[in-house]
Amino acid sequence: MKYRAFRWSTLALALALGAPDTADAAMPAPTTITPELVKAATAEGKVVFYTSVELKLGEDLAKLFQEKYPGISVQVERTGSERVFQRIGQEYAASIHTVDVVNSSDAAHFLYWKEHGMLAPFLSAEMATEYPANAIDPDGTYGSWRVTLSPFAYNTKLVKEGEAPKSFADLLDPKWKGRLVKASPNYSGTIMTSTYETLQALGGWDFFEKLAKQDVLQTQSATEPPRKVATGERDVMVDGSEYFAYALMDQGNPLKIVYPAEGVPMITSPAAIMKEAPHPNAARLFYAFIFSAPVQQYMVEKGGTRSLDKEVKDRPDHVPLASLKLWPEDPKAMEAKAGEIKKKYRQLFGG
Amino acid sequence: MELRRLELAIPILGVAAILLAGLIGLPLAWLFRVSVAEPGGGGLTGANFVALVEDPELLQPLLLSLGVAFAVALACAAVAAPLAWLIARSDFPWKRAIRLLVLTSFVTPPFLGAIAWEILAAPNSGLLNQAYRLMLDLPRSEHAFNIYSVGGLVFVIATYTFPYVFILVVNGLERIPRELEEASAILGARRWATALKVTVPLGLPALLAGTLVAFLEAMNNFGAPAIIAIPAGLQTITTKIWTLFQFPPQPGLAAAAAVPLLAVTIVLLQVQQRLLGRRGYAVVGGKAGRPDIVPLGRWRLPALLFALGIVTISVLMPYAALVLSAFSRTLSVTLSPANLTIQHFTFVFAELSGTRQALSNSLILGVTTATAGTLLTLVIAYVVARRALPLWRWLGYLATAPIAIPSIVLGVGLFFAYTHPPFALYGTLAILFLAFLTIELPIGYQQFQAAFRSVHSDLEEAGRILGAGRLRTLADITAPLLWTAVVSTWCLVFVASIRELSAAILLFTVDTKVLSVLIYDLNESGDPGAIAVVGLLMLLITFAVIGIAYRLPRAGLQARPAASEEG
Repeated sequence: MKYRAFRWSTLALALALGAPDTADAAMPAPTTITPELVKAATAEGKVVFYTSVELKLGEDLAKLFQEKYPGISVQVERTGSERVFQRIGQEYAASIHTVDVVNSSDAAHFLYWKEHGMLAPFLSAEMATEYPANAIDPDGTYGSWRVTLSPFAYNTKLVKEGEAPKSFADLLDPKWKGRLVKASPNYSGTIMTSTYETLQALGGWDFFEKLAKQDVLQTQSATEPPRKVATGERDVMVDGSEYFAYALMDQGNPLKIVYPAEGVPMITSPAAIMKEAPHPNAARLFYAFIFSAPVQQYMVEKGGTRSLDKEVKDRPDHVPLASLKLWPEDPKAMEAKAGEIKKKYRQLFGG
Repeated sequence: MELRRLELAIPILGVAAILLAGLIGLPLAWLFRVSVAEPGGGGLTGANFVALVEDPELLQPLLLSLGVAFAVALACAAVAAPLAWLIARSDFPWKRAIRLLVLTSFVTPPFLGAIAWEILAAPNSGLLNQAYRLMLDLPRSEHAFNIYSVGGLVFVIATYTFPYVFILVVNGLERIPRELEEASAILGARRWATALKVTVPLGLPALLAGTLVAFLEAMNNFGAPAIIAIPAGLQTITTKIWTLFQFPPQPGLAAAAAVPLLAVTIVLLQVQQRLLGRRGYAVVGGKAGRPDIVPLGRWRLPALLFALGIVTISVLMPYAALVLSAFSRTLSVTLSPANLTIQHFTFVFAELSGTRQALSNSLILGVTTATAGTLLTLVIAYVVARRALPLWRWLGYLATAPIAIPSIVLGVGLFFAYTHPPFALYGTLAILFLAFLTIELPIGYQQFQAAFRSVHSDLEEAGRILGAGRLRTLADITAPLLWTAVVSTWCLVFVASIRELSAAILLFTVDTKVLSVLIYDLNESGDPGAIAVVGLLMLLITFAVIGIAYRLPRAGLQARPAASEEG
C-alpha cells in the first residue's frame, strides 16, 4: 500500500518537473576495487553477512574471502530468509546495526528494504560488465546473487525411476502418503517464492489442501528436504533447494531430481549492502567478491547454484534453464500476498 | 552491635528489595499492558483475549499444551514414584548409580533430549527403527516408533521431566517419621502392608506436588515442542507465542497468549504449596533416622530391569545417539569405520562463525548470572532465615515468585520492557543476564534456605554460649557450613543458565547468541553432525560444573531445585 503511494507520488513529481528517465540516472557508477578500498576494508577488520545460503557453502565463501583478503574476518549468520528479514527488522527497530551485507531468497524483502531506504547502492566494475541489466536493481541497491530452482527429488534406493512422481498431480496419489517432505514458507524465502509461484500456476490452494492430507514431514529450511531424502527419512521432496540437492549428489548420496511437468518454481536470491553497515568498505569488498566470476564459478561447481554472470560456465550436469518450463517471479505481487500465504500455510501444515 | 548491623542492613535490603521487585515486576507489568493495548496506541482492548478463545489457531495450541502437560504429568508420576520408592525404601542394589543417572537426566536440557530422540526414533532414518527393521526383516514402510507425533512429544518431555517428581518423592519418603512405620510393624503388619498402607499415603502429598511441577514444566516447555511438534504439523502455545514474534510481530496476541500460562502456573503452585505445607520444597537431611528398608527378594530382577530401562531411555541411548551422530558421516545403525569422521568437529570449531561467540557468551552469562545470583540470594536467604529485617517474609516471596513465571512468558515481558527507552537493553548481553538472573533466583534462594535451616541456630547459639561473639560464630560456624551451599548454588545457577532456551530465543541478537540458541538455529538449518557436536559441548560444560558441585561434602543437590530449568 505504501509502496504504491510512493510510486504515484514519484511519478507525479517526475511528470510535474519533467524529470529525465530516472532509471539510468539512479544507477551508481561502477566502482573498481582499488588498493585504497582494500586498505580501508582491512582497517575495518570484519564484515557481517546475513544469508540464507546453505551453511557450509556460506562458510566456504567466508573462508575464500578471508584467504584473498587476510585481515578481514567474515561473520556468517545463516538462517532462513524469513528469519533474516525478521531479525533485521527487530534489530533496526531497536537501532542495532550489525549487518553489513544481506542475502535473502525472498526477493520481496529487497523491495521493502529499498523502499525504506535501508540499502546502499553499489555496483562493482565486474558486475556492470558481467551481469545482464535485469539482474541488477535499476538503482543499484541490490543484485541477483544466485539463482536456484525448487524441483522434486527422490531417493533412488527407495523409489524406482518409473514410480517417481512426475507432476504435482502425481504427488496427491495416496501411495505417497507419509513418504513426502517439504519445507516452510514461514522460514525459507526459497519456499515462500516457490509456494507463491505454485499458487499462481496451479490456480489456488486446492493442491496444497490436498497435499496437507498426505502426512508430509514439515521442515523449516529449504536445504532440509534434500537432506531428509538423502538420509532416507522420506522418499520424495515436494520442494527444496535444487543447489543443495546437487551438492548432496556430489557427495554420493542416492538422490535424483525431477522437474515437474506443470513447471518448476524459479527463485533468484538477491544480495545487498545495508546503508547503516557498520563496516561499509569491507561490505563493498565482500559484496563485489561474492558477485565476482571466480566466486560465482565456485558456487556453481561446489554449491550447485546457477549464476547470472555471463563469464560463468554452468555445470555440465545441470539441466539448462532454457530447456525447462520455469515459473516466473513477481516480487511485487508476492510482497502483497506474503502475509496471507504464511497464515494459510500454517493453518494447513501447522508450521 | 546488632543495632549497627540493622542500620546498615536496612538500606542494603531496601535496595535488594527494589531490585527484586523491578526485576520481576517490570516485565510482568509490560506484559499485561501489551496484552490489553490497542494496536497503534490509545485505549485498552480485550480483543487479544477474545482471539485466544475464538481463533482456532490460538485455541488449539493452548489445548494441546494443556493436554500434553497432563499426559506428561501422569507419565512422570507412573515412572518416578516406583523408582523413588525403590531408591528410598528398598534394598535396591545400585542406588548411587541410579541416582547419578537420574541426576544426569535432570541436567540434560529437554531440547537436546528431543534432538537425540529424533536421531533415535525418526520413523524412517531413526536408529531404533533401523534396528527394528533389520532384526525383524521388515520393509521400509514399517517402523516401531514415530517421534513426530503427540505421543513422541509427551514421551520426550516426560523423559526429562520425571527427575523433578523423582527427587521430590525421594525426599518426601525420607522425611516420613520412622515412628509411624514402626508403629505399623509393632501392630503386626508385614513389611509390604506397611509400605502400602503407611508409606504410600504419607508420600502422596510429595507425589502430587511433584506431578504438579511436572505438569508446569511440560506446559511451559518451548524447545521440545519446537523440535518435535512442528515437523508433525502441530503447535503448542509456547511455539505459538514464539511464532507470533516472527515478522510481522503481533505483540498483543503474544502477550495475551502468555497470560493463561502465567495464570495456570500461579494457581497450580498455590495448590502445591498447600500440599507440601509450610515447609516448602527444600529438604535436607533433617532428623530422620535410617529409614526402614524393605527387602525386594524375588522382585529384585524386575526392579533392576525397570530402573535400568528408565536410565537407558533417558540417558544411555540418547547420549549414545548424540555421540554417534557427532562422529558419523551418515546416520546408520550398522557401524562401519568408513562412516566415522571428525569433519563435524572441524566444522563446528574451525569453520562455523558463530561457535566461538556463542561459547563465550554462554560462559560469560553463566559466570555473571551465577555470581550475581548467588550473592543476591545469599543476602535474601540470610535475612529471611534470621528475620533480620521487617517485612522479611515478603522478601522470601519475591525471591520465589519467578517460579510462577514461565521462562517464555518472562522472555516476552522482558522483550517489551527492555526494547524501549529508558531501559533499551535489547541487543546487549545485559538483557539476557536479567532474564537468566530472574529465572534462576528461586534456585539459589531455595538452596540457601535449606542451608540456613540445616545450620540451625542451635549451632550458633552453642557457639555463643561457649563465649564466642556474633562475628566469631559467623566466621567459625556458619560460614564454613555455608561454603558448600555457596559453591553448589553457584554451580546450579551456572548450569541452569547454560541450558536456558525459552527466554533466550526471544531476546538474542546476532552478537548475543548463546549455545542453546546456536543449537536451535542449527537444528532449523538441519546439520545433524554439527548439532550433535555443539550439544555434546554443552553437556560437557554442564557435567564439568556439576561434577565440582557433586564432589563437595554435603552438596546441596539433595535439596530440590524447584525453578523452571527447562529449555
